[in-house]
Amino acid sequence: MGVFLVFSINDHFLVPKHYLLPKEQAEKILAELVITAGQLPVISKTDPAIKEFKPLRGDIVKIVRNSQTAGKTIYYRVVG
Amino acid sequence: MLMKKINAVEFNILSPAQMRKMSSLEIKTPDTYDKDGYPMEGGLMDPHLGVINPGLRCKTCGQKMKYCPGHFGSLELVRPVIHSEFSRRLEVLMHSTCQACGRITIPEEKLQKAHADIEKNPSDLDGMAKKIFTKAKKEETCPHCKAKKGKLLLDKPTNYFLDKERIYPTQIREWVEKIPDDDLALFGYNVERIRPEWFIITVMPVPPITIRPSITLESGIKSEDDLTHKLVDIIRINMRLKDNIDAGAPQLIIEDLWDLLQYHVTTYFDNNTAGVPPAKHRSGRALRTIVQRLKGKKGRFRHNLTGKRVNFAARSTVTPDPFIEISEIGIPKSMAKDLTVPEIITEWNKKEIKALVKEEGKAVYMIRPDETRKRIDDSNKEEILEELDVGYKIERKIHDGDIVLFNRQPSLHRLSMLAHKVRIMDGKTLKINPIVCKPYNADFDGDEMNIHIPQTEEGKTEAKELMFVRNQVISPRYGAPVIILDEDGVSGLYVLTLNSTEFTREDAMRYFYEVGVKDIPKPDRGKKYSGKLIFSQMLPKDLDLEYQTTTCRILKKSGMCKSCVKEKCQYDAYLKIEKGQLKCGVIDAASLGEAQGKIVDALARNYPSEVVEKFYFYVMRIICDLLTKKGMTVGLDEYEISDKAISKKKKIIEDVTEEAKKLLDRYRRGTLKHIPGRTLSESFEINMMRLVAKAKDQLQAEILKEKLSTVLGDDPEYNTMVMILSGSRGSAINLMNIAGFWGQASVREGRPKRGFHSRLIPLNKKDDVGLEAGGFITTNFMTGMDGREFFYHSMGGRQGEVDTGVSTKVSGYLYRRLANSLKDLMVNHDGTVRTANKNVVQFKYGEDGIFPMNTIRGQSVDIEEEFRLFNKKR
Repeated sequence: MGVFLVFSINDHFLVPKHYLLPKEQAEKILAELVITAGQLPVISKTDPAIKEFKPLRGDIVKIVRNSQTAGKTIYYRVVG
Repeated sequence: MLMKKINAVEFNILSPAQMRKMSSLEIKTPDTYDKDGYPMEGGLMDPHLGVINPGLRCKTCGQKMKYCPGHFGSLELVRPVIHSEFSRRLEVLMHSTCQACGRITIPEEKLQKAHADIEKNPSDLDGMAKKIFTKAKKEETCPHCKAKKGKLLLDKPTNYFLDKERIYPTQIREWVEKIPDDDLALFGYNVERIRPEWFIITVMPVPPITIRPSITLESGIKSEDDLTHKLVDIIRINMRLKDNIDAGAPQLIIEDLWDLLQYHVTTYFDNNTAGVPPAKHRSGRALRTIVQRLKGKKGRFRHNLTGKRVNFAARSTVTPDPFIEISEIGIPKSMAKDLTVPEIITEWNKKEIKALVKEEGKAVYMIRPDETRKRIDDSNKEEILEELDVGYKIERKIHDGDIVLFNRQPSLHRLSMLAHKVRIMDGKTLKINPIVCKPYNADFDGDEMNIHIPQTEEGKTEAKELMFVRNQVISPRYGAPVIILDEDGVSGLYVLTLNSTEFTREDAMRYFYEVGVKDIPKPDRGKKYSGKLIFSQMLPKDLDLEYQTTTCRILKKSGMCKSCVKEKCQYDAYLKIEKGQLKCGVIDAASLGEAQGKIVDALARNYPSEVVEKFYFYVMRIICDLLTKKGMTVGLDEYEISDKAISKKKKIIEDVTEEAKKLLDRYRRGTLKHIPGRTLSESFEINMMRLVAKAKDQLQAEILKEKLSTVLGDDPEYNTMVMILSGSRGSAINLMNIAGFWGQASVREGRPKRGFHSRLIPLNKKDDVGLEAGGFITTNFMTGMDGREFFYHSMGGRQGEVDTGVSTKVSGYLYRRLANSLKDLMVNHDGTVRTANKNVVQFKYGEDGIFPMNTIRGQSVDIEEEFRLFNKKR
């Protein structure tokens, strides 16, 4: 038995917002970027930020984070 | 052309069978040449191994030198030896298997489970191999055949002991031969391609002669390659071993020879193997064997493959020439006569080219459409002129106006290589305008730089459009000028535009001539011309600018200027340019300097690039003349301060000492207030540092105020203050250190701490942490320090020295690693940053998709400027 956190780290203001994209939306994004899922950067299935979504391999995660240059920026990662 | 993509590359080990199969000759004798100088049959230089003299044909493939790739031979070892590079792997295998049956010493069912796990998750193989090794090593008896396992020891690199008894390569080979394929698979061996018994050498490939050519010296003596020497050693020992075995020599002698063979084979692969003395040449030089040939900076990879050499390049010392344009480069005649560039003949340039060929020594080669070349000289000039036509090329020497690339190592950013326009000049050095030193980080203390001549139209155009110096004035990194005047350049314009600078009609006319003024302006100072007026002639007629100068910033910082009165500034520190006329203010680093220069920025951004280039061209001519005539120099008397300042200095130091005493008292008693997040002693240290810094600032402002008048008065001196106020070199702190007092010596951002036991130097009392004992220096470089202060100062000085040494070394290596890992990243047309195989790194370049070169000092919009324009419109 490990130690369980009492709070979700996703509630912390320093942790960028992670969203698990539904299939249709993920496909749309891939088509938009003219890209295959394999060319996306990878995020671990057990990454603390997405662990609670119970992601499957191949799912696409959308990350919205603060950026020094652009204010807010959107990033995509494939669960690997 | 058929293009195929490489999917994977696999590295394997040659099996003895493969080595024999690829061998074109079995080497039998250690001799290379017979006494007549012919290669020995069956020797290391046998022509079956390839040809190295032109004209001869290879005995194996029948081709001439140019086409024969060389052929491997083979050498059968009488007794097997261990390949030292695989010695560790053998150790692992022997530790985890049983000598009797060859199985991994783990129970059968556990092995089955391991197989199943790997099947499920092939990527875990590495971890699995490690796990099995640690588990099997612990076992003392074999669970399969119940035999006892001995204790294995590896005496690096190649000697194995089992229960303290030496086991020989023959025995080891028998052992590892027994390991079944399935067991090997658990260690990650692909048994179809690698068997562990191949780690023990029974037959060796002998590399072709092309890999180890012999050199014939002028004296006719043949000198063999290091590899050949090593191979001779191996063969010789191999034969001696054979003779001894055949003669039935005692075991001891055979073992000695066997070890010797092992030594030669080990050093043949790597002459730097740990625990083995390197094999020496007769002269005592260590031999350069296979590993040495490949490894390191001078190895095959970094030296020959990543570091190719090129033609059409030249290198020489650089020297400054302020009278050429920034986009030009002065090339010595001696270089220009050897560097060539091809010129394609078209309908439109046919006449010019023919005229060029007619001239003596301008064109060197004619190249026909079928790529055959003919040298042009006086004797065949006429027929060549006859033959030349559209579609032909000539190779001509470079001349004025050609585009060349210019580069200085280390090439740390893209501005380390720029395109210049050739200007052939006298002398033997490459000449550049000192303004372009900045992007190259060059100086003239002996720096050498390289030029490269683009050989195609595409190359020339690309260089001109993308890399031409005058188009690179704005840095692609921070969106502000990088090709800038500095040091004396800035000082020169500062002197020129001081209010006190005036010129007689004669002098002014000469400057107007240099600047190419057609409408000569009327004198603005009675009969004289002001420096500001002359400077204005170099600006475009529609330039409007308004800002605070560097002088302003310095004055504000030292508290001499409280509120800005703009144009009415008594120090002339507010700059205003209206319609290309400098109304007020001096030209200094704020107008010209790196990453700030507003004038340069405006010229480079809003006008064709020729405008900045011309501006720099004129500026250089004027300031060179001006500074030579007016003179700018420093003298020790500048650093004398008035009696008033001296008494003020005394007072300040007394005050600090007093304050420090109080602080120390509070610290000792424990009534000192903590700085949040700091311990008491940390707070004390920080307070002490602040105290001294404040005192230093006070005196600094005082000295600055006193020295200001020497420059800003009616009869100015051009000295240290010019440099400080214009921001061209040095700062008020430097002046303070020379004329005021040095203040606190600092090591690692604090007062020096380490030294003798509980004190810095033996002159202090133990545990004294007061001002004087903590490294406070009350003297300056003019008066000189006393012994104690000198030691304090040296403590801080050493840190600076070490830091520069360490940081250049560390950052160089860091840069190499970064550059190697990032060099293939590219911004694609869709704005994404991707690797070479199109994997995404960033979805939008820099997250905002903005190229810093097109920004204003990093911002995509210059808010201040927009406001100014808006207000002006209103």
